[in-house]
Amino acid sequence: MAEAPHIDIDKVAELARIALTEEEKTKFSSQLESILGYIDKLNELDTTNVEPTAHPHSVENVWREDRATSELPTCEAVKNAPKQRQNMFVVPKVVE
Amino acid sequence: MMSAELYYKSASELSGLLNRREISSVELTQSVIGRTKAVDDLVQAFNSFDEKNALAQAADSDARRNRGESLGLLDGIPVGIKDVLAVKDQPLTCSSKILADFVSPYDATCIQKIKRSGAVLWGRLNMDEFAMGSSTENSATKITGNPWKLDCIPGGSSGGSAAAVSAGESIVSLGSDTGGSIRQPASHCGVVGLKPTYGRVSRYGLAAFASSLDQVGPLGRTVWDTAVLLQSISGHDINDSTSYKVDVPNYVQAIKQLKGRKWTFGLPKEYFESASDTASMGPVKEAIEFYKSIGCEIKEVTLPHTAYAVATYYIVATAEASSNLARYDGIRYTHRAESFDAKDSVDIYRQSRAEGFGNEVKRRVLLGTYVLSSGYYDAYYLKAQKTRTLIRRDFEEAFKDVDALLTPTAPSPAIKRGAHSGDPLSMYLSDIYTISANLAGIPGLSVPCGYVDGLPVGLQILGKPFKEDEILAMGNEFESVHNFKNEHPPL
Repeated sequence: MAEAPHIDIDKVAELARIALTEEEKTKFSSQLESILGYIDKLNELDTTNVEPTAHPHSVENVWREDRATSELPTCEAVKNAPKQRQNMFVVPKVVE
Repeated sequence: MMSAELYYKSASELSGLLNRREISSVELTQSVIGRTKAVDDLVQAFNSFDEKNALAQAADSDARRNRGESLGLLDGIPVGIKDVLAVKDQPLTCSSKILADFVSPYDATCIQKIKRSGAVLWGRLNMDEFAMGSSTENSATKITGNPWKLDCIPGGSSGGSAAAVSAGESIVSLGSDTGGSIRQPASHCGVVGLKPTYGRVSRYGLAAFASSLDQVGPLGRTVWDTAVLLQSISGHDINDSTSYKVDVPNYVQAIKQLKGRKWTFGLPKEYFESASDTASMGPVKEAIEFYKSIGCEIKEVTLPHTAYAVATYYIVATAEASSNLARYDGIRYTHRAESFDAKDSVDIYRQSRAEGFGNEVKRRVLLGTYVLSSGYYDAYYLKAQKTRTLIRRDFEEAFKDVDALLTPTAPSPAIKRGAHSGDPLSMYLSDIYTISANLAGIPGLSVPCGYVDGLPVGLQILGKPFKEDEILAMGNEFESVHNFKNEHPPL
């Protein structure tokens, strides 16, 4: 059995785009390391020539007619935005 | 009519009363609303409901029926909706702060279909946040109680859907099942719950958790009731490319036609070995004896990779969740943090997600991000997808010899609230009997089969892909000589 993996919690939180408090970092890294320690049991299995399963009943080449249909009007699509104006999302300025 | 008790009748009985004009849908809906107002302070199954809207739908149903234009068995029957499915112009919160103010601009496909069946859409039911959990304690909205013992969990993630049907606050309901989220709460609350085959029901309009595992499915007080609701939501949908183009049988007819069939059942050795000391086993073993007594054959089968299912699941499910939940960004349709570092273009995401997501969601998004991150993908995600193949093959092998598998739905009856707090792994391990069906994509039904210490216990019937008709018939066989549907929680 490999040693329980060490998680670089700052890196993972940055990739996940979640700000964590110091307290959360300590708590989550120890919990995640314990879960990963449990998950490590998969390494007991030899899966060398096993095909991966992405979907339980795979379907291939799902096509539909390339035809325009009327879906949500813009005003409906932006309706739930925290800030919106003239059918556009309002975001903070990011370029000078 | 004894209108006061309408809320505890089955959809099949109510359908007859409605068709014979002995009751109206407005009367029935009023009975369910009255019951909800009387007990939901205790049960806390609903995130929200709209009484007037429900009564208006009921009045429409009555008008249709009076014109001789009834839309069928569900017309006029209240259906509770898990707060994870889009109903146009109704809130959709996923019991998360991040969607606290969200109002759906469209209907999920299963909701469109239910509307076409004339059912009365009733309320938004509580759940674990984004369906992540097995106790409904991960809800940011409220804590739902088990109607049988209010200080116990209702199960989860569809805890509200199961508790509402159990307590008479809805006649039937819709839930979603990613690792047992319909079957386990059904078992804990003493109702019937069915997870369909992956691809049987469209996922369009279901807020995604783990896309290769998620399925929408019915809960009800009887097998027949779940069959009718499954009928109405099943079928291929152009808006979900993973929904299957296969015929949908008539489930109600199938239950009748398959009655008395001498089935061959498998008992997975690994489930019964590991569970020899679990509390749920007594009633489950009696149920197995029942099937023997009516001439069914019982065989031991083996699912050799069972011990790897929970580990596989928590890689696949969290990886997919971390990807799916990336959409909650604080920009387009979710909670946005008030304060963030304006000089850092990414900080608005970090702060909005930190404020909007609860602990379990953060934990799973972090785990999923880690297992997909550069350098770890092959060791975790690819490894889990390969193990998933082995688990799927176990079931294919087993189903060569038997028609279905009989197992407990959960290792124990409902536990006390708070028992899992601080140890997420112990909660994950409680899904041991339900998780494999999602990995293999097969259908599973939980049917009430008895009580342990005053709490209901469910029998799980796992079937072959797209053989929901068979497991419904098997469940009905048991139900028809046991009277659990008329036993109600002491509320």
